[in-house]
Amino acid sequence: MNEQKGPEKPVLTRRLDRFFLEMYAVSAFVGRIFKEAFLPPYEFREIVKQCFEVGYKSLPLISLTGFITGIVFTNQSRPSLSEFGATSWLPALIAIAIVRALAPLVTALIAAGKVGSNIGAELGSMKVTEQIDAMEVSATNPFKFLVVSRVFATTFMIPILMIYTVAVALMGAYINVHQNEATSFQTYITQVFNAITFLDVFSSVIKSFVFGFTIGAVGCYKGYHSSKGTEGVGKAANTAVVTSMFLIFIEELIALQIVSALRPS
Amino acid sequence: MKKSINHDKLIISIRNLKKAFGDLEVLRGVDLDVYQGENLVVLGRSGTGKSVLIKIISGLLTADEGSVKVLGQEVGELSPRELAELRLKIGFSFQNSALYDSMTVRENLEFPLVRNVRNLSRADINREVEEALEDVGLAHTINQMPSELSGGQRKRIGIARTLILKPEIMLYDEPTAGLDPITSGEINNLINQVQVQHNTTSIIITHDLTCAKSTGDRIAMLLDGQFQRQGSFAEVFDSQDERVKSFYDYNFIDG
Repeated sequence: MNEQKGPEKPVLTRRLDRFFLEMYAVSAFVGRIFKEAFLPPYEFREIVKQCFEVGYKSLPLISLTGFITGIVFTNQSRPSLSEFGATSWLPALIAIAIVRALAPLVTALIAAGKVGSNIGAELGSMKVTEQIDAMEVSATNPFKFLVVSRVFATTFMIPILMIYTVAVALMGAYINVHQNEATSFQTYITQVFNAITFLDVFSSVIKSFVFGFTIGAVGCYKGYHSSKGTEGVGKAANTAVVTSMFLIFIEELIALQIVSALRPS
Repeated sequence: MKKSINHDKLIISIRNLKKAFGDLEVLRGVDLDVYQGENLVVLGRSGTGKSVLIKIISGLLTADEGSVKVLGQEVGELSPRELAELRLKIGFSFQNSALYDSMTVRENLEFPLVRNVRNLSRADINREVEEALEDVGLAHTINQMPSELSGGQRKRIGIARTLILKPEIMLYDEPTAGLDPITSGEINNLINQVQVQHNTTSIIITHDLTCAKSTGDRIAMLLDGQFQRQGSFAEVFDSQDERVKSFYDYNFIDG
């Protein structure tokens, strides 16, 4: 039901018209997600299934990336601190960097690549092979079943994955710190927790909810509106990743401004 | 069992239906009546709007102009809930079967059932699924994935999935497209079996004249966006119209 008669003459320019029409379509899509999310029937089974797909199946990649990020960041930070004889501050520096920026960003970018592309390709393929139409004619609301469940899953699983990334990255960092500075685990953990504040954790969790929603909504939008043909499926997967990543960076910048304003000087 | 066509009871009634995509006018004032229990075949070349017609009937597309009444209800004026209720009475067999790739055959058949029929026990669901698969002769595929099935098997499973809700109307979109003649024959027999066993009213969209001849109680030929010829197979093709003659010749002689 997505056929549209294009305007014969552009109102502004063709490109601007297209941009504003796309913005309108995106807004309507996001509005519909919120509307359908609160209306029964609720797709609990599908939400649980998607949470498993998004959360559990991302664990190996997230674990590896988080662990390596912790090690590499620690190793790269050490020379600068040692110049000032401040290597004892390493756990605090690592904790702040990981909790405030690295873990939310790394988790979101990995998820955008893995989950976002998967959602875009899956829904795109379902659209092209008329599976979404088949769902609609069997009196099932495909938007609620496919889109709302996936957006729910990404919105709630990305913050959990982010917290897991923090733990794994801090573990990687500890191994590096322990090998080089012979710091005990207890001292390391104490320094880590002394460095981070409630605002750091709170802002990262909220950010991750936003990143998760973005990944799910963009992946679903691109897949649900993919054009016919296999080329459209590939394009949906690709643009889902690129658009999600772009939006995540923009959101990170906005979040940084807000949190900086809230942080006591 | 015999076919029981009731010419006094209109199931689908279409008047002056128009549909365009951009500048391309696909349907230009279509009129059509389909009676209870009959198999109506819609013939026409590719791109003439045959599939668009059944998508409008099922509410997947909206008409630009005209009236489409299904079981006495004007499709374009129904609320989403009313449309969902009407769709439970319509089975739609898609050209490419549209089986859900990520589900087994059993899950594909269960999907419409568990979502639309309440208070069914596990045993009831299993029985319904097994019966639907036996109807199409594919009970042994119950635990297979769609990717493991042949084209003909996918078509049959697609039909079984629509039959599980016991629809009053069946819409078949190119049921024999891409199939070999023997498998096409099996699908044609299945369409006739469904008509008799389930007493369905069907619209069969095709450009395959063998399918039209063996399944159609009545043929309607879509030419230039309108039904210009309707009647029995012999009546429709007893014509000096070059477009009709060439359609017949390509199917039975050249093609």
